[in-house]
Amino acid sequence: MTSDSENKAGVRRVYLDHSATTPVRAEVMGAMMPYFAGQFGNPSSIHRWGREARAAVEDARAKVASLIGAAPQEIIFTSGGTEADNLAIRGTAWHKRSKGNHLITSSVEHHAVLHTCETLEKEGFKVTYLPVDKYGMIDPEDVEKAITDETILITIMHGQNEVGTIEPVREIGQIARRHGVTFHVDAVQSAGKIPIDVSDMNIDLLTMSSHKMYGPKGVGALYVRKGVRLSPQATGGSHERGLRAGTENVPGIVGFGEACRLAKEEMPEESLRLTRLRDRLIGGILDSIPDTVLNGHPTIRLPHHVNISFKFIEGESILLNLDLMGIGASSGSACTSGSLEPSHVLLAMGLPHELAHGSVRMTLGKGNSEEDIDYVISVLPPIVSKLRDMSVFR
Amino acid sequence: MYNDKVMDHFMNPRNVGEIQDADGAGQVGNPVCGDVMRITIRVEDGKIADIKFRTFGCGAAIATSSMVTELVKGLTLDEAMEVSNKAVAEALGGLPAQKMHCSNLAADALHKAIEDYRAKHPANSGA
Ligand SMILES: Cc1ncc(COP(=O)(O)O)c(C=O)c1O
Ligand SMILES: [Zn+2]
Repeated sequence: MTSDSENKAGVRRVYLDHSATTPVRAEVMGAMMPYFAGQFGNPSSIHRWGREARAAVEDARAKVASLIGAAPQEIIFTSGGTEADNLAIRGTAWHKRSKGNHLITSSVEHHAVLHTCETLEKEGFKVTYLPVDKYGMIDPEDVEKAITDETILITIMHGQNEVGTIEPVREIGQIARRHGVTFHVDAVQSAGKIPIDVSDMNIDLLTMSSHKMYGPKGVGALYVRKGVRLSPQATGGSHERGLRAGTENVPGIVGFGEACRLAKEEMPEESLRLTRLRDRLIGGILDSIPDTVLNGHPTIRLPHHVNISFKFIEGESILLNLDLMGIGASSGSACTSGSLEPSHVLLAMGLPHELAHGSVRMTLGKGNSEEDIDYVISVLPPIVSKLRDMSVFR
Repeated sequence: MYNDKVMDHFMNPRNVGEIQDADGAGQVGNPVCGDVMRITIRVEDGKIADIKFRTFGCGAAIATSSMVTELVKGLTLDEAMEVSNKAVAEALGGLPAQKMHCSNLAADALHKAIEDYRAKHPANSGA
């Protein structure tokens, strides 16, 4: 894909922001194309056009289900990860209102979960935000201790989007099951990257997003275990088992399905390849640049995920320099978020503000090669030393 | 996000460093918000004979620091005191709105350096 491409200045281009979004794969685009104009029917229509579209949506549903060990009827298509998180959390909270008013989540969730929980607090629910250790890892024991008679939902992410740590969702699933509490997992970053089995992991609700796995943007899914009830958040027609009204995004859903099929097929090999590249990048940076620290767990982390803090310098200034060298990355610095605070995730892990501001996230993907990694490792040291020479600190 | 002038000052910052035995030094910001700027000056005949900066911060923080040093070198202390953060941003051809507050404090650092000089040299602080 992008690995060997060069822009007009002759600078190598290396996209290292696959946790933000991924390109749509050619196979996925090919699968989608017929459903824009040729087979444009509404899946709810009974005629031929409708039936064609319906068949495509159901075929995609089976592929999405297969990636996570679910049954096709347990997949509800949404407009993306954010909507699926909202449906899972608000849908459970309002459905179970008479049974209790307490939710458990963590301090390192994505804003799609955190801001939804905060909204529910304003609406009268109580929310426990669990702490994490220095790696951003949640302790399942803390989950168990937080459960009360009022607890109706535990929502914990699988792969942490900023630091890459893989949370112990299987252990938490056992606890949730033992206590009869509904368990939601935001798997936007892990789906298609590492194995997920909703039965084995005792997951009741699971969020996925297509654009993080080489599918199109604006499509996602919520897995809803058979028998789990939710209050719909968008009301209208009886689409998606009455849980999500609105005519289906047929081309998007088809693309998402194909992306899931390919991810499942390629996962064993691709996750190994990415892990090797990841460790080459981490090792290369930590070895060649002093005063750098890896954020997130050193081994229990997503195969494509690198997050490193550079002491004494600030993230945005690193990103701007990388961008000029053709490298796209992201940062947890306040100066890149437009807010006054650096990443809530890095702060929850106990990182001092300086280190949180100096964090750079590099997330690998299909298009990246070993040469890309070596290019990044060669480009970073002079950038870092130039900025450090300029810095107030050290 | 940034215009060419800002990027020029960010990539090729003017007057980076720390003046040894400076006549005045000023530092603003703190690591919590992500931008810290330090300016040191040498004063001769009531004028800023030399000025250097060190900055921990984003592109805007570095570019404004660089620009303020360029703007005030050679000015009298009174003239330099008149240079505002807003004037620095204007000299750079503007900054993104979200950068106007905590990343645009270079003039404050300069003013602190001048005040530091005046506190240490009460006799010739009129200038
Ligand atoms: C962990 C996590 N949850 C949810 C989302 C939101 O997904 P979407 O962009 O599909 O709404 C993201 C995207 O950044 C994410 O990383
Ligand atoms: Zn800033």
